[in-house]
Amino acid sequence: MALIQRPAQAGTLESSDILIMIAPGEPGKGIVISLESPVQKQFGRRITSIVTRHLQQADIQDAEVHIQDRGALDYAIEARIETAIARATAPADKEPGNA
Amino acid sequence: MINAAGRFIPDTLPGYRDIRPYAGPFATVPDGRRAGQKIKAFRPGTSKVLASLEEAIEASGLKDGMTISFHHALRNGDRVMNMVMQTIAAMGFRNLRLAPSSFLDANDDLIPYFESGVIVAAQCSGARGRLGAYLTTHRLQEMTILRPHGGRARAITSGELHIDVAFLAAPACDRMGNINGIEGPAACGSLGYAMVDARYADTVIAVTDHLVEGALCPVSIPQHLVDYIVPVSSIGDPRGISSGALRITTNPRDLLLAKLTARVIETAGYYREGFSMQLGAGAASVAAGRYLRDIMLRDRITASFAIGGIPGPFCDLLDEGIIQTLFDTQSFDARAIQSLRDNPRHQEYDVDHYANPWNKGAMVNHLDYVVLGATEVDVDFNVNVITDSHGTIMGAVGGHPDASAGARCTIITTPLIRGRLPIVTDRVQTICTPGETVDVIVTDRGIAVHPSREDLRENLMKARLPVMDIKELRDLAYSITGEPDPLPITDEPVAVVEYRDGTVLDVIWKPQD
Repeated sequence: MALIQRPAQAGTLESSDILIMIAPGEPGKGIVISLESPVQKQFGRRITSIVTRHLQQADIQDAEVHIQDRGALDYAIEARIETAIARATAPADKEPGNA
Repeated sequence: MINAAGRFIPDTLPGYRDIRPYAGPFATVPDGRRAGQKIKAFRPGTSKVLASLEEAIEASGLKDGMTISFHHALRNGDRVMNMVMQTIAAMGFRNLRLAPSSFLDANDDLIPYFESGVIVAAQCSGARGRLGAYLTTHRLQEMTILRPHGGRARAITSGELHIDVAFLAAPACDRMGNINGIEGPAACGSLGYAMVDARYADTVIAVTDHLVEGALCPVSIPQHLVDYIVPVSSIGDPRGISSGALRITTNPRDLLLAKLTARVIETAGYYREGFSMQLGAGAASVAAGRYLRDIMLRDRITASFAIGGIPGPFCDLLDEGIIQTLFDTQSFDARAIQSLRDNPRHQEYDVDHYANPWNKGAMVNHLDYVVLGATEVDVDFNVNVITDSHGTIMGAVGGHPDASAGARCTIITTPLIRGRLPIVTDRVQTICTPGETVDVIVTDRGIAVHPSREDLRENLMKARLPVMDIKELRDLAYSITGEPDPLPITDEPVAVVEYRDGTVLDVIWKPQD
């Protein structure tokens, strides 16, 4: 099981991008996602499922995830969540730059 | 029942007359006579200029439950609709039906009058901003009716929409009641919408901030149609009325769309000396006009006329002699207002003349090409321009269905995707223009031609344009964005989208929270 060491984020609020913030969740609470998106009704399910899948693949059980979508396509969402996970789970001495 | 556009229409709708379902673009044949305004006889010496709106409203005989109208030529600069509604509310009137030619961003201020029962029904071309959202989430006492410009002219002239009192924002007005839109601090250009209201309303009140001594010249709306004149300090903010010079877009996708659109016009089959067109005011349409200009100069071809709302770049084409004459119902910018004032070949005309399906031939019937935009289109070529991705009213039907029905070749120009939204879809949320009146859909990824127009398809293929099946375009869009989940809506109808002839084309249902 991977642990979230610190809150981290990836992405921007530019149109067609997505800003994903993840923070440690309460143990046992699971993955809690809040999503804001202009296409929530059409693609909310899909965005949430991509993010959940990546967290599960990283073996993260508990996390609070806040997503501000600006109409990003799947590949942008995947890139942002991967980066957010890498930033949040890296050991303290190997923390990747938060650029 | 299912109408001819394939949409489910309930047998009855609360607060709406007997339903006539859409049956095809020219299925309805009118019978009867035109409506008319009350006959009045003003004697010599009658003064029309009153001191205040209150006085004019009192003199008009306005009563609870009546229908009032406004025109939207002052667009987002308009101060008259809000000012008059404020006065009417303060005077204690209730249960009014509000029937402006359209609502714009400036009309969010009207929401309290809907909430308090001063206004209980709305009939218009569209609505935006918070008012659009309000009309999507609140069922009024009567079903909100959305009509195309030609449909509104038809409803008024046939008596289906009877206006008791019309309040006309009048950029210039003399003491006899003659009005034009090209002078004064709030000049807006064409008064094409107001002209129809002035001819059919029982009482016409001109609200002006530019009262001219002597006789006005030229006259757009003649004095014999006007009951009262109310001078006010300002009818509109010029910054909201007309944008400055339109900048030609530098967005590469818009430029690609514009180039493709100009090529479609050149090669589809109607490009010849004396052809006619309507181009919208969107970025891609205006840029298409620029490319078309180069093609026309090269071929020494001129267009006999162009119509619609008129953007400034079209006036340059008029000055250059590339277009022989413009017919203008709505002047989109300062350049168009100036051109209407200074160039006699730039003609003002009313919406009846432009787009009414029930007269002896509106200008749209003589269009070779029209280029229009879309919020979304579907595989049956239906076009939505009124509801957004939340199902909320955020636009206006405008002249879209009118020009589409009239033109020999209707071209819809749109990016294939916007943000994450596929624009070519299985099924548009709301049909504003039926697919059987749409011929070509131009996107940045390919061009689709309506299956009934094999002739156009062949011509475009010969010109080596990227013609694709509409379903291929949809699949391409979905492959990038994913297939959208259907928008969750309730079974509560809030608005009716009428076709030009007054039949029910579609119903707007309240979205789920």
